[in-house]
Amino acid sequence: MRELDHYRTMLAAGKLSRRRFVQLATALGASTALATSMAGSALAAPKKGGTLRLGIGHGSTTDSLDPGTFENLYMQVVGGAAYNKLTEVANSGDLVPELAESWDVTPDAKVWTFKLRQGVEFHNGKTMDSSDVIASINHHLGEDSKSAAKAILDPIAEVKADGKNTVVFTLKTGNADFPFIISDYHVAILPAKDGKLDPLSGVGTGGYVIDNYEPGVRTALKRNPNYWKGDRAHFDGAEVLAIVDVAARTNALTTGEIDAMDRVDLKTAHLLARNPNIKIEEVSGTQHYTFAMRTDTDPFTDNNIRLALKHAIDREALVKTILRGHGVVGNDHPIGRSNRFHADDLEQRTYDPEKAKFHLKQAGLSSLKVDLSAADAAFPGAVDAAVLYKEHAAKAGININVVREPNDGYWSNVWLKKPWCAVYWGGRPTEDWMFSTAYAAGVPWNDTYWNHERFNQVLVEARAELDEAKRRQMYFELQKIVRDQGGVVVPMFANYVMGISKKVQHEKLGANWSLDGFRCIERWWFA
Amino acid sequence: MGNFWKLVRSAPPTAIFGLIVIAVYVFVALFAPLLAPYGESEIVGPEFLPGGDEFILGTDNLGRDMLTRLIYGARNTIGIAFATTCLAFLIGGVFGLLATTLGGWVDQLLGRLVDVLMAIPTLIFALLILTITGTSIPVLILVIAILDSTRVFRLARAVSMNIVVLDFVEAARLRGERTWWIISREILPNSMPPLVAEFGLRFCFVFLFISALSFLGLGIQPPTADWGSMVRDNATLITFGETTPLLPAGAIALLTVGVNFVVDWFLHKTSGIRDDK
Amino acid sequence: MAKILKMVAQRLALGLLTLFVVSLIIFLGVELLPGDLAEAILGQAATPETVAAFRRELGLDLPPHTRYLEWLGNMLQGDFGTSLANKRAISELIGVRFANTLFLAATAAVISVPLAVTLGVLAALYRNTLFDRAINVVTLTSISFPEFFVAYILILFLSVKANVFPSISNVSADIGFWEHVYRVILPALTLTLVVVAHMMRMTRAAIINLLASPYIEMAMLKGITRSRIITHHALPNALAPIINVIVINLAYLVVGVVVVEVVFVYPGLGQLFVDSVIKRDIPVVQASCLIFAGTYILLNLTADVLSILSNPRLMHPK
Repeated sequence: MRELDHYRTMLAAGKLSRRRFVQLATALGASTALATSMAGSALAAPKKGGTLRLGIGHGSTTDSLDPGTFENLYMQVVGGAAYNKLTEVANSGDLVPELAESWDVTPDAKVWTFKLRQGVEFHNGKTMDSSDVIASINHHLGEDSKSAAKAILDPIAEVKADGKNTVVFTLKTGNADFPFIISDYHVAILPAKDGKLDPLSGVGTGGYVIDNYEPGVRTALKRNPNYWKGDRAHFDGAEVLAIVDVAARTNALTTGEIDAMDRVDLKTAHLLARNPNIKIEEVSGTQHYTFAMRTDTDPFTDNNIRLALKHAIDREALVKTILRGHGVVGNDHPIGRSNRFHADDLEQRTYDPEKAKFHLKQAGLSSLKVDLSAADAAFPGAVDAAVLYKEHAAKAGININVVREPNDGYWSNVWLKKPWCAVYWGGRPTEDWMFSTAYAAGVPWNDTYWNHERFNQVLVEARAELDEAKRRQMYFELQKIVRDQGGVVVPMFANYVMGISKKVQHEKLGANWSLDGFRCIERWWFA
Repeated sequence: MGNFWKLVRSAPPTAIFGLIVIAVYVFVALFAPLLAPYGESEIVGPEFLPGGDEFILGTDNLGRDMLTRLIYGARNTIGIAFATTCLAFLIGGVFGLLATTLGGWVDQLLGRLVDVLMAIPTLIFALLILTITGTSIPVLILVIAILDSTRVFRLARAVSMNIVVLDFVEAARLRGERTWWIISREILPNSMPPLVAEFGLRFCFVFLFISALSFLGLGIQPPTADWGSMVRDNATLITFGETTPLLPAGAIALLTVGVNFVVDWFLHKTSGIRDDK
Repeated sequence: MAKILKMVAQRLALGLLTLFVVSLIIFLGVELLPGDLAEAILGQAATPETVAAFRRELGLDLPPHTRYLEWLGNMLQGDFGTSLANKRAISELIGVRFANTLFLAATAAVISVPLAVTLGVLAALYRNTLFDRAINVVTLTSISFPEFFVAYILILFLSVKANVFPSISNVSADIGFWEHVYRVILPALTLTLVVVAHMMRMTRAAIINLLASPYIEMAMLKGITRSRIITHHALPNALAPIINVIVINLAYLVVGVVVVEVVFVYPGLGQLFVDSVIKRDIPVVQASCLIFAGTYILLNLTADVLSILSNPRLMHPK
């Protein structure tokens, strides 16, 4: 029983989710009813009822309900309420089953067998089975797919059903992180009709049914009465508003017209926190901001130049000024502290104009003039960050010319095109996912056009490695290589900062994405 | 010169106030580097310091001296606004008067051309062009000037339409005067007052337009200081009753009021009304 | 009168031509913008294959002139088409939003036009008095603040502090007329502050401009009161420039309010338009642009007709 007490303390401290506690307690022999009541005494029980009104700083009239084209927080949160995935990243950061009940893998990490949960109904009354899962996966694959998830699901060689309740994925190469990948918000499970999806139907298995959807304006959701998760979806309904202007969002929260908002204006967060009805919540996840140099373009072909620039930025000052302290310094690699294999013992790179000068000299230069492209579309405050960088680098004899690019078209016109530009990464839940998205040689989003032999080799080896200790070592090495030889300056990891009415209750917030890993609507409740 | 002083001394107090404001602004704009206590984009302290001994007006969102930014802002903002407005009036005024004087197909053609330009929402038009060409200051001036000139054209045309049909214009035509003579001697002087009133307003609209562009992320290249972008950068603070964003907005407002006071005085002078006070 | 009807018919025909040219310019403009819908929607997640698949599905791989002609053909049959991004019928998408935009513009116009003309006449009547100057300073200050700034200040006082009006104009089809008015009061007031100064100053200037005319002096010599001179003698003759500036501002209230829509989260046409330009959803851009352009052309025509009706010399040219 000592263990059980320990879990209770963890639950009360928010280190364990209610679900996980009940699972662990029942595993220790407690009955579900007992475990639930214990959980209830450790935490005030979630109350049912009310309508949650969310103000989201994204959302466009061109949004669509097709999960394959979800591209902003607005649709991600709506999707988080209406759809389920096979797996889910819990608020603790652990991967837990969702529509899959359990899974199994062959030792080469190539063949993954998922057992599906039985008796789950879609909003249209259809019972979920393997054909729905296969159609939902195939929606992202194939020649005609326009899904943003096509690249991450590309490793799938074949997906087939083994009866109504089992799905078998065969991968082209082993991937130990595959269950993580299919927790992605694009990979929602929708009902199939004759083996095909209607991706715009908005029908899922999630806790909320889409009642009224006006793209870029508002979405009305009402509780799914047949939701299979008994301890989720506490609100009777939810209204999700797209409020792109941050001041408008803040005003709406202050005047009580919404109950929660994302992306609090960092400049005024301390003023908002003075409001007695509002709390500021933040989580430190994988979201990070970078300055990507094209290593195939002069002068960034020379690693000495790259190192000079990496030493010429004052990360602490950027975190303090641009993030107003709502974040942590980066170490020139994209792996965040909440990742499983973050290299904690890797020495933190600091601002050192002398070292920057030294590296310039190594490159045979005494001064340097480079253009840095930025726009606030890259990340909020990117232009200001570039201006600060310019001031820091001047002390090392480096003249950075800040070029403000138009917000409009930034991702097609500047990113991957200009030699050096500011970039935003939402981050990925696993190391392999992050590295193979933007650092492996030849992948489309390798924005530094970087090709490092040893890096590429270890990356592939680590992917199929099921032994945790070995993987940890491999990812440590990869982080060090990127830090010392990569083309990217990673000055900071930005927290997800949210403003929430004190009427709203929640457990520990998930750090994988904003608004409790996009799942606030089904996880939160009113006091 | 003597005449000038005499003229100024006869001006009403509001006009003198306006003139002083303009003079001070022009002086500040010309001698910005000498007047400003720090460099234009120099980071001198922590961000959002309140005003005090060291920084009279405090610091901005990056820890730059607010007073310095305002002083440099005067230089950039006024220069750009002035160039833009002059260009807009040159284009719009000339074509507007030409349209009414010549009439016929010239009027039709110019009128339809302006219709097309005006029928496309300004902000969108600017967004299209600036995204394609990039936002360097000459392009910015040209784009805003062309967009503004359509408004000037319409006004100039509307005002002069009433004048063209007056007898003295008819007489000049019958005398066989050339078009330019008619425009510059007969029509322009008589349509001046509303155009001048418009000039004062258009001048100030340029700041606002730059500010609206910075709302869309197109505006002046950083770290150049301009009041429009400065208002935008600090605007969220106003929600909490902080006064920092009021400084650049106040600078624009003061200049707007000053310029328009002088315009009013000019309007009063040219209208030829006898002072009936 | 027949002359005017003829002119109206002629102008309407020209208006159609204008619409055609506008659609062509906008189409070319959006084509020239870097990137297309496929890249804009996929953003950071675009890969060459998915972008190609996207383009195939939407027909973006066809050459521009083919797409334009096809659009024009459908348009001539009254078919606005569907949004490329989410397959919704454009007529449906735009209908509600245009109604919202007109509602806001009308509310703002009802407040601002009478206010501006009255203030302008009063300022001309009491020119160079304290009243005139005070009105001038207040209106000039209000227009020298950017729109979003005026909006924030109004929200601060009327919504956050006093809690009289909602800070966001969350409207939907199922609310009643007065509720709708209540929810758009703040954006309408913002727009009023933005446009009043312009109209008021032009009214004042146009009237003062006429005060030196011989017929006004004549009237003065006859001993008619100043207020009567202004309302009965000067105002009717100053109508042409006043109508013009009112129309320009009305057009602005319909066409140029995107910033106010963003700040108040009001689902109008401007927001739809900007979103579609950013995502390169050409059919929606085209359709919204034609509606804006059409509104402008009609308002403009109204202004010209009224100008002619207000000026006997233009009514009966020699």
